Amino acid sequence: MRDIAFGQYYPSNSILHRLDPRSKILLLVAFIVLVFCTVNYVSLALVVFSVFAVVLLSKVPLRLYFKSLKMIVVIVLITSALNLFYGTGEPVFEWGIIKITLAGINNAIFIAVRILSLILISSTLTFTTSPNDLTDALERLMKPLSIFKVKVHEIAMMMTIALRFVPLLLEETDKIMAAQKARGADMESGSLVQRIKALIPVLIPLFVSAFRRAYELAVAMECRCYQGGEGRTRMKILKMKAKDYVSIFVVIILIVGVVLCNVYLPQTVR
Amino acid sequence: MDFITAQNLVFRYIDEDDQQENIANTRNVLDDVSFTVEKGEFVALLGHNGCGKSTVAKHLNAMLLPSGGKLYVDSIDTTDESEDFAIRRKVGLVLQNPDNQLVASVVEEDVAFGPENLGVEPKEIRRRVDSALRAVDMYDYRNQPPHKLSGGQKQRVAIAGIIAMEPDCIVLDEPTAMLDPKGREEVMSTIKRLNKERGITIVLITHYMDEAVDADRVIVMDEGKVLTSGTPQEVFSQVELLKRHRLDVPQVTELCYKLKARGVNIDTLSLHSDECIKKLLEVLL
Repeated sequence: MRDIAFGQYYPSNSILHRLDPRSKILLLVAFIVLVFCTVNYVSLALVVFSVFAVVLLSKVPLRLYFKSLKMIVVIVLITSALNLFYGTGEPVFEWGIIKITLAGINNAIFIAVRILSLILISSTLTFTTSPNDLTDALERLMKPLSIFKVKVHEIAMMMTIALRFVPLLLEETDKIMAAQKARGADMESGSLVQRIKALIPVLIPLFVSAFRRAYELAVAMECRCYQGGEGRTRMKILKMKAKDYVSIFVVIILIVGVVLCNVYLPQTVR
Repeated sequence: MDFITAQNLVFRYIDEDDQQENIANTRNVLDDVSFTVEKGEFVALLGHNGCGKSTVAKHLNAMLLPSGGKLYVDSIDTTDESEDFAIRRKVGLVLQNPDNQLVASVVEEDVAFGPENLGVEPKEIRRRVDSALRAVDMYDYRNQPPHKLSGGQKQRVAIAGIIAMEPDCIVLDEPTAMLDPKGREEVMSTIKRLNKERGITIVLITHYMDEAVDADRVIVMDEGKVLTSGTPQEVFSQVELLKRHRLDVPQVTELCYKLKARGVNIDTLSLHSDECIKKLLEVLL
């Protein structure tokens, strides 16, 4: 249970690992929008091609990507199957009430490819960016929101602490389960309801200890002069470098390419 | 000049519901506690669980304020709330459970947490973090997540987090209570080294008598009062007094004490085993 890697960071030294986390987040957002803006096979191919290029650039073993794809394969199948029957126009295939049209087939292919590229590109972000860099970048990117009284620093601090305590609480769950088993608790047999009920004696001590930890952590933070985000500095300064600007430029070219394809070539979907 | 001065310190928890009637009935957690700590000194505060020693620790950096009496840290009165953070900069507190006092999921970022809170310049933070990690001999682990470290290593990271704030004094509240013997040894030698090499004032709160032996001065507390204080030699020579309050003395001292009671000719009760061996050889040969 302890081996669950939160965010699934894969340490390496690829160009993507060395990009500024802020530009990575922005590029991810651009990609997501782009994936859903494709209206014909040429622009879709363009996006898919660049997703593959990004995946290869990350130098993360491909099996990790397959692992993350495996989890959503069912969702992809269901959504594309639904889209298959939703097309309008001349049916290509008809059997009773089931009508499959060319538009339906196109829709199904598009939705499947879109979801798959979405997963691939967002996994790249979590594979190549450590959780700390991510929260750090999010804090800085959300900074403008503080004019709307959004507590940006507090949100980022909560994420940092959550990341710190995930492995601790997992370890503790293991210990409590072992302790309850030692007293004869049965957690591996019986109906679903019984098993869920067997978890209660695990969850209650876990909660109690989490609150105690939270209190102690608060004391420790106060001892170290924590007084919120105001007047706080950071050890690591994020700095946009040449490669960040280059990657942003490349993605802008991609956006232009997709827009051109969409405008000048016939629409296949929608 | 004393760095910390406690004058007739009294502390009691006040139940908010019946403030008026029961005040007389609540037991004082600290009852008329007075002591001083000099700059650069290594003081050990000994006592049972619940004797008030942790309460003293939290007073020293203004986490708790005295209900009566006065506490001065570097001539600042801790009851002055505007000076809270100034006091916490001077006096760092290391707690018992290392897991619950580390904030970030990378060692060096956790050490940086304190100086970041103080608004120190990024370059200076980097310098302090590196220097603090070297001081506790954890520099090679700076990019590790804390949950991959042993208890002793985590506690040393926690100490580094305090050192990076460059305090004059570090108060350690039972820093070894949750550690195995190896971790305990690591933490103790780190503490002693910081005291000797960097001249940081150390207040070590513990219930292990053996850890108090190397201190410059020992203060023994029982039931919210100071029982006795002095050099380790003076304090641990009072074997009867300590035993009466269900406190132990170091094993070596106890051996000398028992031998002396049996009529063996030992003049002083030793604190260290090699010293004791020498004495015994003198008597035997």
